[in-house]
Amino acid sequence: MSSLRVRVDVVSAEELIFSGEAEFVALPGICGELGIMPRHTPLLTQIKPGAVRLKLPGKEQEEVIFVQGGFLEVQPNYVTVLADTAIRAKDLDEKAALEAKKKAEEAMVNRSSKEDIARAEAELAVAVVQMDILHKYKNRAETR
Amino acid sequence: MAGSKEIRTKIKSVQNTRKITKAMEMVAASKMRKAQDRMRASRPYLERMFYIASHVAKANTEYRHPFLVRRETVKRVGAVIISTDKGLCGGLNTNLLRMVLQQHKAWKAQGLEVDYVAIGNKGLGFLSRLGANVVSSVVHLGDVPHIDRLVGPLKPLLDAYIEGNIDEIHVFSTGFVNTMKQLARQDLLLPVPPEFRTPTGEVRKTEAQHGSWDYIYEPDAKPLLDGVMRRYIEAVIFQVLAENMASEQSARMVAMKAASDNANKIINELQLMYNKTRQAAITQELTEIVGGAAAV
Repeated sequence: MSSLRVRVDVVSAEELIFSGEAEFVALPGICGELGIMPRHTPLLTQIKPGAVRLKLPGKEQEEVIFVQGGFLEVQPNYVTVLADTAIRAKDLDEKAALEAKKKAEEAMVNRSSKEDIARAEAELAVAVVQMDILHKYKNRAETR
Repeated sequence: MAGSKEIRTKIKSVQNTRKITKAMEMVAASKMRKAQDRMRASRPYLERMFYIASHVAKANTEYRHPFLVRRETVKRVGAVIISTDKGLCGGLNTNLLRMVLQQHKAWKAQGLEVDYVAIGNKGLGFLSRLGANVVSSVVHLGDVPHIDRLVGPLKPLLDAYIEGNIDEIHVFSTGFVNTMKQLARQDLLLPVPPEFRTPTGEVRKTEAQHGSWDYIYEPDAKPLLDGVMRRYIEAVIFQVLAENMASEQSARMVAMKAASDNANKIINELQLMYNKTRQAAITQELTEIVGGAAAV
């Protein structure tokens, strides 16, 4: 395909998760899924919990990174994702995700204050997205 | 010559001191590793964050965030002093506070008012001795930087900046170069400076051009830019604090190592003196016995 590439950096406050070139990036924007090709016009948006998918040059399989939200900046030659917490899909732990989901659901049931509910809802959303990515990623890995 | 008993007591006491400094050295060494890892891990985030902030500053945005606007006249400045909570870390705080004092005098000479935020005990003590105007402070931060403990104390300064009461905010801190070397530094926090200075003093600039371009915002410019700027401030302060903590542990380890080495030297000298005194006493006793025998 095209030889156009865009530099992508995915950083969280804890570490530099990914830095390299990609042919295409898909991200969960707050207003919907975004697909960024090289030479995109400058764009600034917030992102919500979900998967950042990177199509790397010369590789069939996409690189998947889970983010818990953050900011995205697009410039024609590079894309920067400032994630609150980012985890590579490979490192996502299904057990931990399930447990987090269960805990969040329990917290929803034993709701006490507005703040608690809001927190529990946020946690639940994150856990659900994590599980989702895990399943997608696993299925793809198996079919290959 | 001092009695052998006194010298023995002295040796014991220096040995005890050495035990303490040795222990502190080892504690600092293990904390230092963790603090350095933490600091290195979050460096890329700040750098990217800064690039975004400076891109926003260069873009011809529909909404100008106050943090990005450089003001013509500066009447009042804010300063955030990041120091350690505890002492025994060499010249770390001394160097930093000397820099603060110089800048303070320079500001006063220009007729500027200064509002201080003190993060860390040593800086707070210094500022209150100086009689400076401290608007807020936070101490006892522990070994891990937590951004939520810093947001509150910074708020008065940021609010004053937005309202236009303060025209510049500076940060004084210690930058980590390597384990042996830490440098006191002064950085402009607000308005967002045009270039990024790494702790080792390198200057980095972004590639983005000044011009008539603007971002596409999803959903809206104002909340987005507010969010980005808030995060930028948090990232800067967090990183500066992480650097300061890594510097503190490194400086403490080096200082305590020097103290242990000095204690060793003193013990050696005292031991030599003790042996000489003992030998002299024995010799004297022998001469007395021989002399006594000859007299009989």
